[in-house]
Amino acid sequence: MKNTFVQVVSTGTANMASVLAGLERAGARPQITADPDRILHADRLVLPGVGSLGAAMSRLEENGLVEALRDRLLSGRPTLAVCVGLQILCESSAESPGVRGLGVFSGRVERFDRSVRVPQMGWNRVEAGDGCELIEGGYAYFANSYRLVDPPAGFCAAFSDHGGRFVAALERGGVLACQFHPELSGAWGLELLRRWLEQNGGVTC
Amino acid sequence: MLTARIIPCLDVKDGRVVKGVKFQNLKDAGDPAQLARAYQEQGADELVLLDVSATPDGRRTQLEWVRRVRSEISIPLSVGGGVRTLEDAGALLQAGADKVGINTAAVRNPGLLQSMAATFGSQCTVLALDAAKNQNGSFNVVIRSGRERLEQDAVEWARRAAGLGAGEILLTSWDRDGTRRGYDLDLLDAISSAVSVPVIASGGASEPRHLLAALRAGADAVLAASIFHYGEYTVGDLKQFLDSNQVEVRI
Repeated sequence: MKNTFVQVVSTGTANMASVLAGLERAGARPQITADPDRILHADRLVLPGVGSLGAAMSRLEENGLVEALRDRLLSGRPTLAVCVGLQILCESSAESPGVRGLGVFSGRVERFDRSVRVPQMGWNRVEAGDGCELIEGGYAYFANSYRLVDPPAGFCAAFSDHGGRFVAALERGGVLACQFHPELSGAWGLELLRRWLEQNGGVTC
Repeated sequence: MLTARIIPCLDVKDGRVVKGVKFQNLKDAGDPAQLARAYQEQGADELVLLDVSATPDGRRTQLEWVRRVRSEISIPLSVGGGVRTLEDAGALLQAGADKVGINTAAVRNPGLLQSMAATFGSQCTVLALDAAKNQNGSFNVVIRSGRERLEQDAVEWARRAAGLGAGEILLTSWDRDGTRRGYDLDLLDAISSAVSVPVIASGGASEPRHLLAALRAGADAVLAASIFHYGEYTVGDLKQFLDSNQVEVRI
Protein backbone atom coordinates (compact mmCIF):
# COMPACT_ATOMS: atom_id res chain seq x y z
CA MET A 1 0.00 0.00 0.00
CA LYS A 2 2.23 2.77 -1.28
CA ASN A 3 1.59 6.45 -0.64
CA THR A 4 -0.84 5.99 2.23
CA PHE A 5 -1.55 9.35 3.82
CA VAL A 6 -0.73 9.28 7.50
CA GLN A 7 -1.53 12.09 9.93
CA VAL A 8 1.19 12.75 12.49
CA VAL A 9 0.13 14.59 15.64
CA SER A 10 2.12 17.77 16.18
CA THR A 11 3.41 17.05 19.68
CA GLY A 12 6.34 19.46 19.47
CA THR A 13 8.75 16.70 20.35
CA ALA A 14 12.31 16.37 19.21
CA ASN A 15 12.06 13.15 17.22
CA MET A 16 9.65 14.43 14.56
CA ALA A 17 12.20 14.37 11.72
CA SER A 18 13.10 10.73 12.36
CA VAL A 19 9.45 9.71 12.57
CA LEU A 20 8.61 11.44 9.29
CA ALA A 21 11.68 9.94 7.55
CA GLY A 22 10.78 6.47 8.86
CA LEU A 23 7.19 6.70 7.63
CA GLU A 24 8.36 7.87 4.21
CA ARG A 25 10.79 4.97 3.95
CA ALA A 26 7.92 2.63 4.80
CA GLY A 27 5.96 4.03 1.83
CA ALA A 28 3.65 6.47 3.61
CA ARG A 29 3.02 10.16 3.01
CA PRO A 30 3.08 11.75 6.46
CA GLN A 31 1.34 15.05 7.17
CA ILE A 32 1.68 16.92 10.45
CA THR A 33 -1.59 17.96 12.06
CA ALA A 34 -3.00 19.58 15.18
CA ASP A 35 -6.61 19.49 13.99
CA PRO A 36 -8.93 17.61 16.40
CA ASP A 37 -11.26 16.58 13.59
CA ARG A 38 -8.45 14.99 11.59
CA ILE A 39 -7.03 13.39 14.70
CA LEU A 40 -10.37 11.77 15.44
CA HIS A 41 -11.21 10.66 11.90
CA ALA A 42 -7.94 10.16 9.96
CA ASP A 43 -7.51 6.70 8.45
CA ARG A 44 -4.13 6.39 10.08
CA LEU A 45 -2.60 8.45 12.85
CA VAL A 46 0.85 8.52 14.44
CA LEU A 47 1.44 9.91 17.92
CA PRO A 48 5.17 10.56 18.27
CA GLY A 49 6.74 11.49 21.52
CA VAL A 50 9.89 11.92 23.48
CA GLY A 51 10.26 13.72 26.77
CA SER A 52 7.90 13.34 29.70
CA LEU A 53 4.25 12.37 29.99
CA GLY A 54 3.57 15.74 31.63
CA ALA A 55 5.09 17.72 28.75
CA ALA A 56 3.28 15.63 26.14
CA MET A 57 -0.10 15.95 27.89
CA SER A 58 0.17 19.71 28.35
CA ARG A 59 0.96 20.10 24.65
CA LEU A 60 -2.11 18.04 23.73
CA GLU A 61 -4.23 20.07 26.14
CA GLU A 62 -2.97 23.40 24.75
CA ASN A 63 -4.05 22.29 21.30
CA GLY A 64 -7.36 20.87 22.50
CA LEU A 65 -6.55 17.39 21.26
CA VAL A 66 -7.08 15.26 24.36
CA GLU A 67 -10.70 14.30 23.76
CA ALA A 68 -10.27 13.58 20.07
CA LEU A 69 -7.26 11.38 20.73
CA ARG A 70 -8.90 9.47 23.55
CA ASP A 71 -12.08 8.88 21.52
CA ARG A 72 -10.04 7.71 18.58
CA LEU A 73 -8.03 5.25 20.65
CA LEU A 74 -11.10 3.86 22.38
CA SER A 75 -12.78 3.35 19.02
CA GLY A 76 -9.72 1.37 17.85
CA ARG A 77 -8.96 3.35 14.68
CA PRO A 78 -5.46 2.58 13.34
CA THR A 79 -3.06 4.53 15.54
CA LEU A 80 0.65 4.17 16.12
CA ALA A 81 1.97 5.61 19.39
CA VAL A 82 5.73 5.84 19.88
CA CYS A 83 7.79 6.01 23.11
CA VAL A 84 6.06 8.53 25.39
CA GLY A 85 3.16 8.00 23.00
CA LEU A 86 2.68 4.63 24.71
CA GLN A 87 3.05 6.11 28.17
CA ILE A 88 0.38 8.77 27.71
CA LEU A 89 -2.17 6.02 27.02
CA CYS A 90 -1.73 5.06 30.69
CA GLU A 91 -3.33 6.76 33.69
CA SER A 92 -0.21 8.30 35.19
CA SER A 93 3.57 8.27 35.39
CA ALA A 94 6.04 8.56 38.25
CA GLU A 95 7.89 11.05 36.00
CA SER A 96 5.05 13.58 36.09
CA PRO A 97 3.31 13.36 39.47
CA GLY A 98 -0.23 14.70 39.51
CA VAL A 99 -0.64 14.62 35.71
CA ARG A 100 -3.37 12.41 34.28
CA GLY A 101 -2.63 10.52 31.08
CA LEU A 102 -5.29 9.64 28.51
CA GLY A 103 -6.27 6.64 30.63
CA VAL A 104 -7.05 4.42 27.63
CA PHE A 105 -6.11 1.63 29.99
CA SER A 106 -5.30 1.45 33.67
CA GLY A 107 -1.68 1.38 34.69
CA ARG A 108 1.09 3.58 35.98
CA VAL A 109 4.49 4.10 34.39
CA GLU A 110 7.45 3.73 36.75
CA ARG A 111 11.17 4.43 36.54
CA PHE A 112 13.54 1.59 35.68
CA ASP A 113 15.15 -0.23 38.55
CA ARG A 114 18.24 1.39 40.09
CA SER A 115 20.35 -1.66 39.29
CA VAL A 116 20.52 -0.79 35.57
CA ARG A 117 21.69 2.09 33.40
CA VAL A 118 19.06 4.80 33.01
CA PRO A 119 18.11 6.00 30.44
CA GLN A 120 17.88 2.64 28.76
CA MET A 121 19.70 3.62 25.57
CA GLY A 122 20.25 1.08 22.84
CA TRP A 123 19.04 -2.11 21.22
CA ASN A 124 17.10 -4.60 23.28
CA ARG A 125 15.57 -7.95 22.38
CA VAL A 126 11.78 -7.83 21.93
CA GLU A 127 9.72 -10.99 22.43
CA ALA A 128 6.19 -10.96 21.03
CA GLY A 129 3.59 -12.38 23.40
CA ASP A 130 0.55 -14.49 22.56
CA GLY A 131 -1.74 -13.14 19.90
CA CYS A 132 0.54 -10.41 18.52
CA GLU A 133 -0.27 -9.80 14.87
CA LEU A 134 2.06 -6.91 14.06
CA ILE A 135 5.01 -7.28 16.40
CA GLU A 136 7.56 -9.99 15.75
CA GLY A 137 10.60 -10.93 17.80
CA GLY A 138 13.76 -8.95 17.09
CA TYR A 139 15.98 -6.12 18.27
CA ALA A 140 14.48 -2.67 18.78
CA TYR A 141 16.06 0.68 19.67
CA PHE A 142 14.95 2.14 23.00
CA ALA A 143 15.69 5.50 24.65
CA ASN A 144 13.64 5.74 27.84
CA SER A 145 13.92 6.09 31.60
CA TYR A 146 10.36 5.05 32.51
CA ARG A 147 8.38 1.99 31.49
CA LEU A 148 5.16 0.06 32.00
CA VAL A 149 5.62 -3.26 33.80
CA ASP A 150 2.22 -4.94 33.61
CA PRO A 151 0.35 -5.17 30.31
CA PRO A 152 -3.25 -3.92 30.48
CA ALA A 153 -6.14 -6.32 29.94
CA GLY A 154 -7.44 -6.46 26.38
CA PHE A 155 -4.11 -5.80 24.66
CA CYS A 156 -1.57 -8.21 23.23
CA ALA A 157 1.86 -7.34 24.58
CA ALA A 158 5.50 -7.71 23.61
CA PHE A 159 8.20 -7.63 26.26
CA SER A 160 11.84 -6.74 26.80
CA ASP A 161 14.09 -6.95 29.83
CA HIS A 162 16.10 -4.18 31.46
CA GLY A 163 16.49 -4.87 35.17
CA GLY A 164 13.28 -6.91 34.90
CA ARG A 165 10.59 -7.50 32.32
CA PHE A 166 8.70 -4.51 30.93
CA VAL A 167 6.18 -3.77 28.20
CA ALA A 168 7.98 -3.12 24.90
CA ALA A 169 4.80 -2.75 22.86
CA LEU A 170 1.03 -3.19 22.96
CA GLU A 171 -1.37 -3.92 20.17
CA ARG A 172 -5.13 -4.19 19.79
CA GLY A 173 -6.44 -4.26 16.26
CA GLY A 174 -5.01 -1.24 14.48
CA VAL A 175 -3.74 0.37 17.67
CA LEU A 176 -0.01 -0.21 18.08
CA ALA A 177 1.87 1.41 20.94
CA CYS A 178 5.66 0.98 21.01
CA GLN A 179 7.95 1.93 23.88
CA PHE A 180 10.83 1.54 21.42
CA HIS A 181 11.40 3.65 18.31
CA PRO A 182 10.36 1.70 15.20
CA GLU A 183 11.65 4.57 13.07
CA LEU A 184 15.16 4.00 14.47
CA SER A 185 15.05 0.22 14.66
CA GLY A 186 16.66 -0.52 11.31
CA ALA A 187 15.17 -3.04 8.89
CA TRP A 188 13.18 -4.71 11.67
CA GLY A 189 11.49 -1.41 12.59
CA LEU A 190 10.84 -0.57 8.96
CA GLU A 191 9.06 -3.91 8.45
CA LEU A 192 6.93 -3.25 11.53
CA LEU A 193 5.93 0.18 10.17
CA ARG A 194 5.03 -1.43 6.85
CA ARG A 195 2.90 -4.09 8.52
CA TRP A 196 1.05 -1.44 10.50
CA LEU A 197 0.52 0.67 7.34
CA GLU A 198 -0.78 -2.32 5.39
CA GLN A 199 -2.89 -3.82 8.14
CA ASN A 200 -6.63 -3.78 7.69
CA GLY A 201 -7.32 -3.79 11.41
CA GLY A 202 -10.18 -5.49 13.12
CA VAL A 203 -8.36 -8.21 15.04
CA THR A 204 -8.85 -7.99 18.77
CA CYS A 205 -7.23 -9.80 21.64
CA MET B 1 19.02 -7.43 27.90
CA LEU B 2 20.50 -4.37 26.25
CA THR B 3 23.10 -5.25 23.66
CA ALA B 4 26.53 -3.66 23.37
CA ARG B 5 26.42 -0.94 20.73
CA ILE B 6 29.05 -0.48 18.03
CA ILE B 7 29.16 3.09 16.79
CA PRO B 8 31.24 4.23 13.81
CA CYS B 9 32.19 7.89 13.98
CA LEU B 10 32.55 10.17 10.97
CA ASP B 11 34.31 13.52 11.08
CA VAL B 12 32.66 15.99 8.74
CA LYS B 13 34.40 19.16 7.61
CA ASP B 14 32.62 21.65 5.37
CA GLY B 15 30.05 18.98 4.55
CA ARG B 16 32.62 16.34 3.56
CA VAL B 17 33.85 13.33 5.50
CA VAL B 18 37.53 13.71 6.36
CA LYS B 19 40.17 11.15 7.42
CA GLY B 20 40.63 9.00 4.31
CA VAL B 21 37.80 6.56 4.32
CA LYS B 22 38.51 3.57 2.08
CA PHE B 23 35.34 1.83 1.08
CA GLN B 24 34.67 -0.31 -1.91
CA ASN B 25 31.76 0.43 -4.21
CA LEU B 26 31.07 3.95 -3.09
CA LYS B 27 30.74 6.54 -5.79
CA ASP B 28 31.69 9.30 -3.40
CA ALA B 29 33.58 8.27 -0.26
CA GLY B 30 33.44 11.85 1.04
CA ASP B 31 29.66 12.01 1.14
CA PRO B 32 28.33 11.67 4.73
CA ALA B 33 25.01 10.19 3.57
CA GLN B 34 26.57 7.45 1.42
CA LEU B 35 29.01 6.46 4.17
CA ALA B 36 26.31 6.48 6.82
CA ARG B 37 24.28 4.12 4.70
CA ALA B 38 27.25 1.82 4.12
CA TYR B 39 27.85 1.57 7.87
CA GLN B 40 24.19 0.89 8.53
CA GLU B 41 24.35 -1.98 6.04
CA GLN B 42 27.38 -3.39 7.88
CA GLY B 43 25.28 -3.55 11.06
CA ALA B 44 26.21 -0.33 12.86
CA ASP B 45 23.94 0.23 15.87
CA GLU B 46 24.14 4.00 15.73
CA LEU B 47 26.23 6.68 14.07
CA VAL B 48 28.07 9.65 15.51
CA LEU B 49 28.85 12.51 13.15
CA LEU B 50 31.15 15.23 14.40
CA ASP B 51 31.32 18.54 12.62
CA VAL B 52 34.98 19.53 12.72
CA SER B 53 34.58 22.61 10.50
CA ALA B 54 36.79 25.34 11.85
CA THR B 55 34.68 28.23 10.61
CA PRO B 56 31.03 29.27 10.73
CA ASP B 57 31.18 29.23 6.95
CA GLY B 58 32.15 25.57 6.94
CA ARG B 59 29.41 24.78 9.39
CA ARG B 60 26.75 26.42 7.26
CA THR B 61 26.21 23.12 5.42
CA GLN B 62 25.60 21.24 8.68
CA LEU B 63 21.82 21.13 8.71
CA GLU B 64 21.76 20.16 5.07
CA TRP B 65 23.96 17.08 5.48
CA VAL B 66 22.22 16.06 8.70
CA ARG B 67 18.95 16.06 6.73
CA ARG B 68 20.45 13.94 3.98
CA VAL B 69 21.96 11.43 6.41
CA ARG B 70 18.64 11.20 8.25
CA SER B 71 16.74 10.36 5.09
CA GLU B 72 19.27 7.61 4.27
CA ILE B 73 19.39 5.74 7.57
CA SER B 74 16.96 4.12 9.99
CA ILE B 75 19.26 3.86 13.00
CA PRO B 76 19.97 6.54 15.62
CA LEU B 77 22.06 9.53 14.61
CA SER B 78 24.06 11.52 17.13
CA VAL B 79 25.58 14.83 16.02
CA GLY B 80 28.14 17.01 17.75
CA GLY B 81 30.75 19.66 17.14
CA GLY B 82 30.33 23.39 17.50
CA VAL B 83 26.97 23.29 19.30
CA ARG B 84 26.82 26.40 21.47
CA THR B 85 23.19 27.16 22.26
CA LEU B 86 19.81 25.60 22.83
CA GLU B 87 18.82 26.91 19.39
CA ASP B 88 21.80 25.12 17.75
CA ALA B 89 20.72 21.86 19.38
CA GLY B 90 17.07 22.36 18.43
CA ALA B 91 17.97 23.00 14.79
CA LEU B 92 20.02 19.79 14.62
CA LEU B 93 17.21 17.75 16.15
CA GLN B 94 14.73 19.29 13.76
CA ALA B 95 17.00 18.40 10.84
CA GLY B 96 16.97 14.77 11.91
CA ALA B 97 19.58 14.18 14.61
CA ASP B 98 18.26 12.00 17.44
CA LYS B 99 20.86 13.17 19.93
CA VAL B 100 23.10 16.21 20.22
CA GLY B 101 26.49 16.15 21.92
CA ILE B 102 28.01 19.16 23.63
CA ASN B 103 31.44 19.54 25.19
CA THR B 104 32.98 23.01 25.48
CA ALA B 105 29.62 24.78 25.67
CA ALA B 106 28.51 22.53 28.55
CA VAL B 107 31.72 23.13 30.51
CA ARG B 108 31.34 26.89 30.12
CA ASN B 109 27.60 26.87 30.73
CA PRO B 110 26.43 23.71 32.56
CA GLY B 111 22.88 25.13 32.56
CA LEU B 112 22.77 24.32 28.85
CA LEU B 113 22.60 20.60 29.69
CA GLN B 114 19.70 21.34 31.99
CA SER B 115 17.79 23.37 29.44
CA MET B 116 18.43 20.81 26.69
CA ALA B 117 17.15 18.00 28.91
CA ALA B 118 14.10 20.04 29.92
CA THR B 119 13.29 21.05 26.35
CA PHE B 120 14.16 17.92 24.37
CA GLY B 121 14.57 15.19 26.99
CA SER B 122 17.63 13.54 28.49
CA GLN B 123 17.70 10.92 25.76
CA CYS B 124 18.59 13.70 23.27
CA THR B 125 21.21 15.26 25.53
CA VAL B 126 24.73 13.87 25.26
CA LEU B 127 27.71 15.12 27.22
CA ALA B 128 30.80 14.79 25.04
CA LEU B 129 33.48 14.50 27.69
CA ASP B 130 37.12 14.70 26.60
CA ALA B 131 39.56 13.78 29.36
CA ALA B 132 43.29 13.33 29.91
CA LYS B 133 45.23 11.77 32.76
CA ASN B 134 47.23 14.05 35.06
CA GLN B 135 50.38 13.39 37.12
CA ASN B 136 48.34 12.16 40.09
CA GLY B 137 46.64 9.51 37.98
CA SER B 138 43.24 11.20 38.00
CA PHE B 139 41.60 12.78 34.98
CA ASN B 140 41.11 16.37 33.86
CA VAL B 141 38.52 17.81 31.51
CA VAL B 142 39.77 18.81 28.06
CA ILE B 143 37.88 21.31 25.89
CA ARG B 144 38.14 23.09 22.54
CA SER B 145 39.06 19.92 20.62
CA GLY B 146 42.08 19.26 22.79
CA ARG B 147 43.43 22.80 22.76
CA GLU B 148 42.67 23.50 26.41
CA ARG B 149 43.24 21.22 29.40
CA LEU B 150 41.40 22.33 32.53
CA GLU B 151 42.03 21.74 36.23
CA GLN B 152 38.47 20.47 36.47
CA ASP B 153 38.15 16.82 37.56
CA ALA B 154 36.55 14.67 34.85
CA VAL B 155 34.78 12.27 37.23
CA GLU B 156 33.22 15.11 39.21
CA TRP B 157 32.10 16.77 35.98
CA ALA B 158 30.56 13.55 34.64
CA ARG B 159 28.59 13.12 37.85
CA ARG B 160 27.39 16.72 37.83
CA ALA B 161 26.47 16.62 34.13
CA ALA B 162 24.39 13.46 34.61
CA GLY B 163 22.63 15.18 37.51
CA LEU B 164 21.85 18.17 35.28
CA GLY B 165 20.17 15.93 32.72
CA ALA B 166 22.79 14.51 30.33
CA GLY B 167 21.35 11.15 29.28
CA GLU B 168 24.57 9.71 27.92
CA ILE B 169 28.30 10.37 28.10
CA LEU B 170 30.50 10.11 25.03
CA LEU B 171 33.85 9.68 26.74
CA THR B 172 37.00 10.33 24.72
CA SER B 173 40.46 9.77 26.09
CA TRP B 174 42.60 12.57 24.80
CA ASP B 175 45.71 10.53 25.67
CA ARG B 176 44.63 7.62 23.48
CA ASP B 177 42.78 9.30 20.62
CA GLY B 178 44.61 8.56 17.38
CA THR B 179 47.23 6.32 19.07
CA ARG B 180 45.62 2.97 18.10
CA ARG B 181 46.74 1.61 21.52
CA GLY B 182 43.27 0.81 22.80
CA TYR B 183 40.79 2.68 24.98
CA ASP B 184 41.85 4.10 28.34
CA LEU B 185 40.32 1.46 30.60
CA ASP B 186 41.11 3.31 33.83
CA LEU B 187 39.20 6.34 32.58
CA LEU B 188 36.27 4.17 31.50
CA ASP B 189 36.13 2.43 34.84
CA ALA B 190 36.32 5.72 36.75
CA ILE B 191 33.53 7.41 34.80
CA SER B 192 31.18 4.47 34.25
CA SER B 193 31.20 3.58 37.94
CA ALA B 194 30.55 7.22 38.93
CA VAL B 195 27.35 7.67 36.87
CA SER B 196 24.25 5.61 36.11
CA VAL B 197 23.76 6.96 32.57
CA PRO B 198 25.24 4.99 29.66
CA VAL B 199 28.86 5.61 28.70
CA ILE B 200 30.31 5.36 25.18
CA ALA B 201 34.04 4.58 25.00
CA SER B 202 36.04 6.55 22.46
CA GLY B 203 39.69 7.08 21.55
CA GLY B 204 42.37 4.56 20.65
CA ALA B 205 40.64 1.49 19.19
CA SER B 206 42.46 -0.41 16.45
CA GLU B 207 41.82 -4.08 17.22
CA PRO B 208 38.76 -6.15 18.13
CA ARG B 209 40.19 -6.97 21.56
CA HIS B 210 40.20 -3.24 22.39
CA LEU B 211 36.43 -3.13 22.02
CA LEU B 212 35.98 -6.21 24.17
CA ALA B 213 38.22 -4.77 26.88
CA ALA B 214 36.27 -1.50 26.93
CA LEU B 215 32.93 -3.29 27.28
CA ARG B 216 34.35 -5.38 30.12
CA ALA B 217 35.67 -2.21 31.80
CA GLY B 218 32.16 -0.77 32.00
CA ALA B 219 31.41 0.83 28.63
CA ASP B 220 27.87 0.41 27.31
CA ALA B 221 28.90 1.19 23.75
CA VAL B 222 32.12 1.52 21.79
CA LEU B 223 32.86 4.21 19.25
CA ALA B 224 35.61 3.89 16.66
CA ALA B 225 36.68 5.58 13.47
CA SER B 226 39.89 4.42 11.81
CA ILE B 227 39.31 0.71 12.51
CA PHE B 228 36.33 0.96 10.14
CA HIS B 229 37.49 3.64 7.77
CA TYR B 230 40.61 1.80 6.67
CA GLY B 231 38.52 -1.25 5.90
CA GLU B 232 40.49 -3.41 8.34
CA TYR B 233 37.31 -4.71 9.94
CA THR B 234 33.65 -4.31 9.19
CA VAL B 235 31.13 -3.70 11.94
CA GLY B 236 29.93 -7.26 11.28
CA ASP B 237 33.43 -8.70 11.86
CA LEU B 238 33.62 -6.97 15.23
CA LYS B 239 30.17 -8.15 16.23
CA GLN B 240 31.11 -11.74 15.40
CA PHE B 241 34.20 -11.38 17.54
CA LEU B 242 32.23 -9.94 20.49
CA ASP B 243 29.53 -12.58 20.11
CA SER B 244 32.13 -15.36 20.27
CA ASN B 245 33.32 -13.76 23.51
CA GLN B 246 29.88 -13.89 25.14
CA VAL B 247 29.03 -10.23 24.62
CA GLU B 248 25.44 -9.83 23.46
CA VAL B 249 25.27 -7.84 20.24
CA ARG B 250 22.56 -7.22 17.65
CA ILE B 251 23.35 -9.54 14.76
